[in-house]
Amino acid sequence: MGKYIIKRLLQLIPILIGITFLSFAMMRLAGGDAVTYMYENTGTAVSQEIIDAAKAEYGLDKPFLVQYANWFGGMLTGDMGESYVSHKDVFETFVSKLPATLLLTLSSILLTVVIAIPLGILSAVKHNKWVDYLIRFLSFMGNSMPNFFAALVLMYFLSIRLNWLPVITTDNTAVSLILPTLTLAISMASKYTRQVRAAVLEELNKDYVAGARARGVRGKVIIWKSVMKSSMLTIITLLALSIGSLLGGTAIVENIFMWDGVGKMAVDAITMRDYPIIQAYVAWMAMIYVVVNLVTDIIYHYLDPRVRLGGNGA
Amino acid sequence: MSEEKKITVREQKIKKNHMKAKLIFFLILAGALLLIAVFAKYLCPYDPYAQNLMDAQLPPSSAHPLGTDRYGRDMLSRVIIGSTTSIFATLVLVAVITVVGTAIGILCGWCGGKIDTVLMRISDLFLAFPGLVFALAVAGVLGGGVQNAIIALGVISWPKFARLARSLTLTEKEAPYLMAARLSGSSMPKLLLKHILPNIAGPILVTSVLDIGTMMMELAGLSFLGLGVKPPMAEWGSMISDGRVMLQTAPWMALAPGGAIFVTVMIFNLLGDTIRDYMDPKQRNK
Repeated sequence: MGKYIIKRLLQLIPILIGITFLSFAMMRLAGGDAVTYMYENTGTAVSQEIIDAAKAEYGLDKPFLVQYANWFGGMLTGDMGESYVSHKDVFETFVSKLPATLLLTLSSILLTVVIAIPLGILSAVKHNKWVDYLIRFLSFMGNSMPNFFAALVLMYFLSIRLNWLPVITTDNTAVSLILPTLTLAISMASKYTRQVRAAVLEELNKDYVAGARARGVRGKVIIWKSVMKSSMLTIITLLALSIGSLLGGTAIVENIFMWDGVGKMAVDAITMRDYPIIQAYVAWMAMIYVVVNLVTDIIYHYLDPRVRLGGNGA
Repeated sequence: MSEEKKITVREQKIKKNHMKAKLIFFLILAGALLLIAVFAKYLCPYDPYAQNLMDAQLPPSSAHPLGTDRYGRDMLSRVIIGSTTSIFATLVLVAVITVVGTAIGILCGWCGGKIDTVLMRISDLFLAFPGLVFALAVAGVLGGGVQNAIIALGVISWPKFARLARSLTLTEKEAPYLMAARLSGSSMPKLLLKHILPNIAGPILVTSVLDIGTMMMELAGLSFLGLGVKPPMAEWGSMISDGRVMLQTAPWMALAPGGAIFVTVMIFNLLGDTIRDYMDPKQRNK
């Protein structure tokens, strides 16, 4: 086990270097001249000397690889430069916005689990009955709805038509959490209901279920004691892997609901061409994603004896 | 299920015909969408770009079935003309990632060795990235525009097809017929294009049809954030974004293009599901 974790941690290093290098290179090469852009933003014409001085101040006059090494070193120690726009420390800005995004991510994963697992099981147990068809239909609808549109539909009906919720509030976290959580959970739950259904159906078709039935074990006992146990593994893995798409998805939803998290920060930074912030966002999100995947793999490895004994799994 | 295993030949035939009918039905629907997208210009009841402030924000009526926006432009016409951009941009994107991904995948599977390792590590890298985060950054760096949005999503989406094509090529490579073709002295391009490609095309096609809906939503998402299509060009994502601020007073401005995306994505998803079931004999008997 220890050996496996160490091996996986070592594999992480080239991926992290690759990801950070890619995001860094992208900003530098395609982004053109951030400093010139920054001065253009202020609307005043400036001389070349001032631009050069500003470039030197941000370290933009050094060779590309040196810039990358400096930035990478800074990132590891929490020093990621300062924002071109607000002139605040990037790392501090990022850390101050992260809790809001994590809260939103957790609440929507929780809601997804609460919706998707019971519905998925119900759908599988009532295979090809009307309940199954209804659940499949609803999950299909949810799957075909972009989350930004779902957000607007929810807003329109719950806030404007029914007046149940304020459209956007900043003073009450619990109330303002409802709509963005619902939005994210709708699309995720639609996807996971289908996958839970498939996982449970597959288990139900296995011989041991028929065996247990033949021995007279009650249906409920089979489902809760045996089937759930073995399909949970698949379900947990799927959920953990969805965190990646969720991290990107929150950007749009945060923007719609004015949720002050890293997603909104990133979109704002993109419109303002605030490169240090964009870089920090891409690099950190990728890191979080990679680490979550690693933890999932390790848990999976630990829980499933088949994978564990297989040796070089994953 | 045990009772399902005893499907008679006749029942199987009925199922197959049913499946075929379903497939044709969805093909017709998807075809209709494509026709609308191609002939959008001639189908618009009004000029989709003509501003008429006297008619601004009219609710849906017989003259304007989907209402008008804040510049008095007819929403129905804008939704129709928007289909051209939304649908074709998505199809171009899916076509590009399918072709590029498949080409890389076949190459990796066939050559193996260093090329395989390097390209697969690169694809790992992209798969390790949370997709939309990266697309946001790419689109942000390149600036707006349909073309850049396609590039942004293309860059992160090809590895899926590369992986699939690679694993299919690896299994196909060992097949006896291929051995025979190799022994008879076929050249490599001929082996890859005439033997491997046709044999792995099925699953790849299914994946790419199933991908249309997702890609359409992501492309619209970028436009919604102002990173894709730029106004005044009509595109569903940016139209929803436009209507978002008027949600209270003129909800049809956001609901009309949103409904269009929803229906289009649904049709392509259903088409993809049906093609998959049709091509997979295991599914057919379910």
